[in-house]
Amino acid sequence: MSNQTDTQTKIVGKPVPRKEGRAKVTGAARYIDDLRMDGMLYGATVRSAVPRGRIREIKFGAGLPWDEFVVVTAADIPGENCVALILLDQPYLVAKFINHAEEPILLLAHADKHLLEKARRAVTFDVEPLSPIFTLEESLAKKEIIWGEDNIFKSYQVNKGNVDEVWAQADFIIEGEYRTGAQEQLYIEPNGVIAVANADAGVTVWGSMQCPYYVHKALLKLFALPEEKIRVIQTETGGGFGGKEEYPSMIAGHAALLSWKAGGRPVKIIYDRAEDMVATTKRHPSRTRHRTAVNKDGKLLGMEIEFVIDGGAYATLSSVVLSRGTIHAAGPYNCPNVRINAHAVATNVPPHGAFRGFGAPQSIFALERHLDKVAQVVGLSPAEFRRRNFIHEGETTATGQVIREPVDMEGLLARAFELTDYQAKRERFARANEGRSLKRGIGFASFMHGAGFTGSGEVYLQSIVGAEAGADGRVRLLAASTEIGQGTNTIFAQIAADALQIDFDLIEVAQPDTSNVPNSGPTVASRTTMIVGKLVESAALGLKQTLQNSGLLKANYTTDDWRAACRRHVEQFGLLKSFSQYKPPPGINWDEGKYQGDAYGAYAWAVYVAEVTVDMLTYEARVEDFVALQEVGKVVHPVLAAGQIEGGVAQAIGFTLYENVVWSEGRMLNNQMTNYIIPTSADIPPIRVYFEEQPYAYGPAGAKGIGELPMDGGAPAILNAIEHATGVAFNHVPLLPEALMQALNQTA
Amino acid sequence: MRAYLPDYELRAPRSLTDALALLAREPGGWRAFAGGTDLMVLLEAGLLTHRKFLSIWHLPELKGIEVANDHVTLGALTTYTEVQRDETMRREFPLLGAAARETGGIAIQNRGTLGGNIVNASPAADSPPALLVYDAELELVSTRGTRLLPYREFHTGYKQMNMQSDELLTRIRLPRTTGDLKTYYRKVGTRKAQAISKVCFAAGARMNDGRIADVRLALGSVAPTVVRCTQTEELLRNQTIDEATTKAAREMLMTEITPIDDMRSTADYRLNVAANLLADFLRQLKHT
Amino acid sequence: MSTETTSKVNVTCTVNGQSCMLTAHPLARLLDVLREQLRLTGTKEGCGEGECGACSVLVDGVLVNSCLVPVLQVAGAEIKTIEGIADGVQLHAVQQAFIETGGAQCGICTPGMVLAAVNLLAQTPQPTEADIRNGLAGNLCRCTGYMKIFDAVVRACQRADIKS
Repeated sequence: MSNQTDTQTKIVGKPVPRKEGRAKVTGAARYIDDLRMDGMLYGATVRSAVPRGRIREIKFGAGLPWDEFVVVTAADIPGENCVALILLDQPYLVAKFINHAEEPILLLAHADKHLLEKARRAVTFDVEPLSPIFTLEESLAKKEIIWGEDNIFKSYQVNKGNVDEVWAQADFIIEGEYRTGAQEQLYIEPNGVIAVANADAGVTVWGSMQCPYYVHKALLKLFALPEEKIRVIQTETGGGFGGKEEYPSMIAGHAALLSWKAGGRPVKIIYDRAEDMVATTKRHPSRTRHRTAVNKDGKLLGMEIEFVIDGGAYATLSSVVLSRGTIHAAGPYNCPNVRINAHAVATNVPPHGAFRGFGAPQSIFALERHLDKVAQVVGLSPAEFRRRNFIHEGETTATGQVIREPVDMEGLLARAFELTDYQAKRERFARANEGRSLKRGIGFASFMHGAGFTGSGEVYLQSIVGAEAGADGRVRLLAASTEIGQGTNTIFAQIAADALQIDFDLIEVAQPDTSNVPNSGPTVASRTTMIVGKLVESAALGLKQTLQNSGLLKANYTTDDWRAACRRHVEQFGLLKSFSQYKPPPGINWDEGKYQGDAYGAYAWAVYVAEVTVDMLTYEARVEDFVALQEVGKVVHPVLAAGQIEGGVAQAIGFTLYENVVWSEGRMLNNQMTNYIIPTSADIPPIRVYFEEQPYAYGPAGAKGIGELPMDGGAPAILNAIEHATGVAFNHVPLLPEALMQALNQTA
Repeated sequence: MRAYLPDYELRAPRSLTDALALLAREPGGWRAFAGGTDLMVLLEAGLLTHRKFLSIWHLPELKGIEVANDHVTLGALTTYTEVQRDETMRREFPLLGAAARETGGIAIQNRGTLGGNIVNASPAADSPPALLVYDAELELVSTRGTRLLPYREFHTGYKQMNMQSDELLTRIRLPRTTGDLKTYYRKVGTRKAQAISKVCFAAGARMNDGRIADVRLALGSVAPTVVRCTQTEELLRNQTIDEATTKAAREMLMTEITPIDDMRSTADYRLNVAANLLADFLRQLKHT
Repeated sequence: MSTETTSKVNVTCTVNGQSCMLTAHPLARLLDVLREQLRLTGTKEGCGEGECGACSVLVDGVLVNSCLVPVLQVAGAEIKTIEGIADGVQLHAVQQAFIETGGAQCGICTPGMVLAAVNLLAQTPQPTEADIRNGLAGNLCRCTGYMKIFDAVVRACQRADIKS
C-alpha cells in the first residue's frame, strides 16, 4: 500500500456521485418548462406548410381577439434577420421566400397558451409555390438551383499520394455505394426558452441549450445591441446530442423578438414533441461511394471516396459536419494514396444539423461496410484484411497527420474478439444457420474518432475557463460548457479537485451565464473533457500558484490549509481568480487550404462487435449482444464514461435498425414518438463496455474525448453481422424489416 | 396541448342509468370516455373532432371479470393489467393475456381497457384478433334494452361499427369452449415493446386424428378492420398439415387480407409476414 | 374567454399525502394540473401521447401516464409524484441507487423512470432481468442506453431497507 496517499487523494478515475444527481432523482432539478415569471406570455411559431414558395399574403382567421395577441413578422426585427452561425443565410422569419416546410414565418404570443394554439392554427399564408428539390441527387443534378450558384454549401478535397496512379497496379478494384438516413436526436426534453427583451435592459434568455455563446452571438446580430446587453443563461438541459447546438439560437431569437414587441414582458416558447420533431434539425442523410485498390497481399493501395451529405435548406453547420465526416472517411488505416471528394448540398427540407458523431458515423458506416466487401473480394476474413492495413504510430492518416501516440488496433481487435468469442461464433453460426428461421451473425467495426474541433478550430475558438476561490476555500469553475447529462459538472470538479488536491465537495461549477462565465466554446465535438477540462485544470492550478507565490500556501498542504490560505488571500487581496486560455499542443499544424495536417489533437480508437439474430418469419433483425472496446486515454469517471458509451451505442442501434424519418414533400410525416421508433428497454441488448487507457499528454490527467465515438461503430458492426447471418449485403441504414424482406426474398 | 379545452366537455354521470339516459336524450351528442389512452392522445394533438364526452371510468357496472359455467364475462372497463392477472383468463384465454402484455407499457396497460380497444375500432388494435379467435360476444346496452352481438359482426368498415349512438358497450362475453385450443399469438410491431402492430396474428386450432378439426385465424393491421380469415379456415378444415396444405393456405390468406402501405410498413411486408406466421402456426400445430 | 371559467370543475384528491382541491377544466391533463397549479414540476412532459413515460405518477398505487389522465378522473384519488417518493431528506432506495449507478444522466426521464421502478419493485420485489426490461419499457431514455438504469433497479432491490 505504498501509494495509499496518492489513491486516497485522486478523484479522477473514481465514480463519485454526479453533482446534480440528487436534484435529478427527486424532481427538484428545474428545467426551462419548470420556470415561470410574473406577467409571462406564451409564444408560438407559425410555420410554412409548403417546402418552397413566395409569400403573397398573411391572413388572420375570423373569431379570434387578434388585438390581444403580440404578433411579430420579419418587419419587426430590430437588427439583421439572420441566425448568425457560420454563414448568414438563414432568416429568423421568412420575409418573402420560403425554403423549407415548417420554416418560421410569424410569431404570436398571448397569456393563454390554449387560445394561443387556436390562434396559431388560424393564421394562414397565401403562397405562390416554387418547385422544390428533396434529394441530394436532385441537388447535385441542379434540378433547381435553390442555394447560391450551384446548391453546394461546401466542398472539400483531401489528397494523399496520387490515387490516379494506383488503379493500373491494383490486383483488385472494389466499388461500393452506401447510404444513411436522417436521424432525430430525440432528447426527451423538447426545445424551450424564456426571454425578456427591451431596449433599456437588453435581452436576457434562459433556455435548454448546449452552447450559450452561440445563442449570444446570434442575438447580438438579431438585435444589433452591444455585447453586454445580451445575456444567455443555460438552464438544466434534458439531453442535446447535438440537437441543441444551433437550434436554440433560433428559438431564443423568436422568444426575444416577441418579448421585445411586448415591451419586455417575459415570453416562454416550449415546443411540443410534434413541433420539435418536424421543425428542428436532424442528422444529415448521406451517400458515400468508394473505389478501392488492393494488391493480392491484401494491402490497401488506394482509396477514392466521394462523400455527399444533404444539408437541407440553409448552410447552418453543414460545412463542419462535412469536414468531420470527410476526415474520418478513410478510417484508422494506413493507405498511401487517398482522394476524398466531399460535398454538402442544399435541399428544400428543414436544415440538418449536429448529431453526435457529426458526419463521422455516416462516412465510417460506409467505410466499415465497404471493407468487409473488400476483404471478401480479396479472399481474406474481415479481421485479417483490417489487420494488414491498420495504422500505427509514425504512419499517416488521410490528411497526412503523423500518428504520434502508440496505437494498437490489432490489440484492440484481439481483445474485442476474446470478449465476444468472435472467431468461434463466426464459424459456429455459419454452420448452424442453414435451414433455421432464426439466423445468427456476428460482425465488427474498427474505427477512430478525433476529439476537439477540427483543424484550426480550437485555435480560432481561443476558449477560456475561469476559476475563483472564496474566503471559505470553495472553488467555483467558470465555463460556458454545459451539463446536458454527460457529466460536465462532475468531471470538471474531479479534474479541479485533483489539480488542487482538495476535497471534491469544495468544487462547484457555475451555471453557464454569459454575463458571468467566459467563453469556453460550445459543448460539442467530444471537446468538453479533453479541451475544456484541460483549461479547468490550468485555471485551477493558477489559483494554487497565486496562493503559493504569495506565500499563503506551502508546497504540501491539506484541505484545511487550502481554506486558510484562501481566507487570508480574500482578506488581503479580495476574491481569488484565475483564467486559462487554450494553447495548442506543440507540433500541431493544419493547412486549411490543402486540407492537410493534424486534423485533431488526439483520437480515440475502438473496435465494436455486434451479435445479431434475423428472424426469417418477420425479417426483424435484433442485436443480441454488443461489446464496445475503446482506447480513450485516462478515464476520468468510469461510470459516466461507460454511460456515454452505452447511450451512444443505443442511439447507434436506433440509427441502424429502427429510426426512420418518413418524408413527404420535404416534411417529416412521423413526427410523434409513437411512429418515430427509438429503442425501449426491451430492445437494447446487453451493452458491454471496456476501456483501454493510454494517457494523452495534453489532456487533463491524460484524458481524451469520448462523447461522439460510440455513435460511429454500431451501424457497420450490426450490418456486417447481418450479412454474416443472412449472406446478404445491406448497404443502407436504417435497415428496416421491409427492406430485409425484399432482399431476402429475392435471394431465396 | 393543441386542443382548446373550453371547446370540449367531459362529464361523469352518477350511474350507468344516468349515462344511458344522457346518451338517449341527445343521440350522437355524447360519447363514452374510458381510460383515455386513445382519446387523450387525439385531444393533445388537436385531432379530437368529437366534443362532448361521458367519463365512464368510475362506473362499477362496467368493471370486473365474472366466471360462469359456460362463459366468462369481462366488464368493458377491464384493463390490460387485469386481463393478465386473472387466473381463469390466463388458463383458458391465453391469447388475450398475450395481447394485453404487448399493448403499450405498464402505464398504458393500467389504463387501457378492452372495451375502449374495441370501440376505438383501430384495425391495429392488439386485443381484437384474440377476441375474434375466442368468438367473443358484445353486450350493448341502451335505454331501449340490451342486445348481445357476436364480435365478428361488430366492425363493419374502417372505424365503422354496428353500434347505435345511444348504446354503450358494457360487457364482453367469452364462451368457455376454447380451453383446449392450441393457440398462437404473434404481434409484429415496430419494436419489441410499446409499439403499434404492423401485423398482429392470433390463431387457435384443434387437431383430431392428424387432421385440423377446428381452426380460427384472426389478424390485425392487414385490412380496414381486424378480420377473421374464414376462407383460409375453410380451406384448412379437415386437412392434414403438409407442404401442399400450407402452401395453399398461405396463398388463400394472401388473397383474403387487404393490407395497405402506411408510414409504419408496406402492404407487401404485411402480406408476406402474415403468410409466414400462418405457416409457422401450422408447423407448430403439426408438431404438438 | 368566459367559457373557460364556467367549464371548470373542482376536484378533491390527495397528492403526496396532502389533500388538495384542484380547479380545472375536467379534461385538463393531470400532468398540467400537477405542474401548473400545485407547482410539482418534477413530473415532466416528453411527448404528450403516453409514449415516453416522463410524466409517470402513481394514482391509487397504479402507475399511469399523467398526460393521458383527465383531472376529472382523479376525484377522490391518492396521487404520488416524484416529490413524494423520498421520506423527507431520506432518499428512497431506488433514488439512491439511480445516483450511485449512473442511472440518471440528463435527468428528464428520471422522475418517470424512478416511479416506474418503484412501481415495478412494489409488484415484483425480486425482478428478473426480463421483468425489469418489461417493467420499464414504457419509459424512454435517450441518454443511458438503459444499462445503468437496470443496474440501479438491481441495486435498489438488493437493499434491505426497500420500502414500496
